Amino acid sequence: MSAQDSSPELPIVVTLGNPNTGKSTLFNRLTGLRQKVGNYPGVTVEQVSGQTEIGGRQVRLVDVPGTYSLAAMSPDEMIAVDVLRGGITDMPAPAAALIVVDATNLRRNLFLASQILEAGVPALIALNMVDRLTAEGVHLDIELLSKRLGVPLVPISAANGTGIDELKAALDAVLRAPAAPHLVLNQSLEDAVARLSTQLAERGVAASAIELRRALIDAGGYAEQRLGQRVGPELEAMLAELRLSVGGGRNLATLEARDRYSWIQAQLKGVEERGPSQRHAAVDTADKVVNHPVLGTLFFALVMAMVFQAVFAWAAPLVDAIDYLTSALGATVGSHLPPGLLNRFITEGVIAGVGSVVVFLPQIIILFTFIIILEDTGYMARAAFLMDRAMRALGLSGQSFIPMLSSFACAVPGIMGTRVIANRHDRLATIMAAPFMTCSARLPVYSLLIAAFVPERHFLGGFINLQGLVLFALYMLGIVGGALTAWLISRLYWSRAKARFLLEMPPYRMPNPRAVLSKLLSRAVTFLQRAGTIIFSVALVVWVLASFPRDDAAPAGMSDADFAAQQLSDSYLGRMSRSVTPLFEPLGWDWKVTAAVIASFPAREVVIAALGTIYAVDGTTEDNANSTLTSRIRAARHADGAPVYTLPMVLGLLIFYALCLQCVSTIAVMRRETGTWRWPLFAWVYMSSLGYLGAWLAVVVGGRMGLG
Amino acid sequence: MSTTLADLRPGEAGVVEGFAQIDETAQRLMQMGVVEGMEIEILRYAPAGDPIEVRVLGYALSLRGKEAANVLVSRSG
Repeated sequence: MSAQDSSPELPIVVTLGNPNTGKSTLFNRLTGLRQKVGNYPGVTVEQVSGQTEIGGRQVRLVDVPGTYSLAAMSPDEMIAVDVLRGGITDMPAPAAALIVVDATNLRRNLFLASQILEAGVPALIALNMVDRLTAEGVHLDIELLSKRLGVPLVPISAANGTGIDELKAALDAVLRAPAAPHLVLNQSLEDAVARLSTQLAERGVAASAIELRRALIDAGGYAEQRLGQRVGPELEAMLAELRLSVGGGRNLATLEARDRYSWIQAQLKGVEERGPSQRHAAVDTADKVVNHPVLGTLFFALVMAMVFQAVFAWAAPLVDAIDYLTSALGATVGSHLPPGLLNRFITEGVIAGVGSVVVFLPQIIILFTFIIILEDTGYMARAAFLMDRAMRALGLSGQSFIPMLSSFACAVPGIMGTRVIANRHDRLATIMAAPFMTCSARLPVYSLLIAAFVPERHFLGGFINLQGLVLFALYMLGIVGGALTAWLISRLYWSRAKARFLLEMPPYRMPNPRAVLSKLLSRAVTFLQRAGTIIFSVALVVWVLASFPRDDAAPAGMSDADFAAQQLSDSYLGRMSRSVTPLFEPLGWDWKVTAAVIASFPAREVVIAALGTIYAVDGTTEDNANSTLTSRIRAARHADGAPVYTLPMVLGLLIFYALCLQCVSTIAVMRRETGTWRWPLFAWVYMSSLGYLGAWLAVVVGGRMGLG
Repeated sequence: MSTTLADLRPGEAGVVEGFAQIDETAQRLMQMGVVEGMEIEILRYAPAGDPIEVRVLGYALSLRGKEAANVLVSRSG
């Protein structure tokens, strides 16, 4: 399948549209789980592509992130133009553009559509959410609009699945008889584009019309900057002269907006009839509550508290079940294989390593379910609206809220999502604060340690328990750490320029279970792939480091358990860890904890696999294959017999994981987003120091309070 | 001194006349439908009076007071 995915022969269909049009729901419906997630070269935009069968042959569908316009102020925003003109490495020009529009808001959606219809790419329009037209009081003459626009228009509901077969048939027809629409909105602009093209050709520079159009219209934008690098300083004078000839001194972006919206009005005349909407009244009432200063804030706090509680409490039975099954599988496989290195490799390296990560999938799925539902209901935007003023006090914006909230799942997409923040300093502050948020990779270590060492006490008739409260406190620690960091950065930078905050408040929508499920599945698969590659390979490296060098047999008079302990102690990992253990002794860590923590610096979730491997390999603790990691760490003792995992030490370890930057992927993304190693390096040193300090304080203060 | 979007109260509406200054935010607002001649209505203010939620082209959009002060409008109701 993956070989076919990258096959250059497959015709490419690119999907474009405004945000909140159900584009990703349609994309998921067409491609299913046959998706490939990568990055466009040189920028941070995620490239999602997948295959689908159209008219009996495979087609590669490429998704472009939702946008309101082809205008580009940054390299990231240029992706749409570059995909359309065939300017992406290893990706041929698209055979067709599939434009997804929200049928209930054609006036705004046709702005982007008209820009694409000018691009000279065969196109068709998927008119999504037609099932909502009646409730919105909108009547559309689809046939007439299709005739006017000169492209097929297919009414669909991506959420319900209606019209998908018709859409595929229409796409098949476009691919069989490709004909690019010839939309010209402003003839003098097109003349200027043609003249610029000729002038550049004389200098040996070839550029597509769509690129030149953007360079002319968006003064100071990215298209102009990039073209300037190829042409040289003379470009400025050329553009100035042509802009004057088109606009007569008026700003071309203003002219474009005016031209397009009056064109749209003309297209929709006699096509769109708007009656009284039944929805606006209901939405307004809902917004009055949800955006209310007191009620809204209360509702917000309630939603967040429910998410935390659910992630911890609802997942517990599933976690126990998977935990049990993994142990049982390890024992069964171990007893059926001949004893030896292979047996140990499979049971202790492979099953123990991956199993102890997969066991936390229920929590991750529950968390993602909440995040997807918050997005799909439209509440996410309301939260940003509600939080903007507060976030601004920290030098961030309400726009930072969504990347920050995404960082609760994973800082990598969160940091990538910061590109919506226009102000560079606000963006930097958000990037530095994002890794503090409690990502899903921190959950496994929180869950393991809390479940093993925090007593199960219930309040309010069992609705709230102490373990949930500790988890909540850890989330808060991350938020406070991130907030202080953002505040510090914005102070250091004296950021005076305010970030803009333009955010569509999408209509409230009942999330479609199927759409939620398909998004959830694709995210879960992505997590498992990550678990299956990075975590698995690190787990194996740890197992090798912990298992070698090895002697063949125990010396006479030494028990098997003691021999195993000695082997681990003598292993590469044991030697490495013991050499740095004195550094971590003030935190109450023995060399095994140190080893697991060191092994998890590439990816913090690995600590579970590392602990699993270390304690499974370790024969001094329980030698029972069925015993879980929890009981093993509970039994861990220092050389003097004192328990390793005292409450202050565990709290310190939790704080360490809350504050530390143990994620190679985050560091790599930070490097790319800031364009320098300076910031990720600073973040790593800064966060590691904070983590150490926090863990040390917990041990000192906890010891004073007699918690040990 | 002309009226700006920031001068309107919740429930009031106006017609967009232009921008005091054509900056990047103004360009984005125009792409999203805040163009000359378009009706715009204030829906509500966030807690602390900022940002502002408006309705334009039949959809809801939020922006900050400072950005709204850049949008010139004539009061219509």
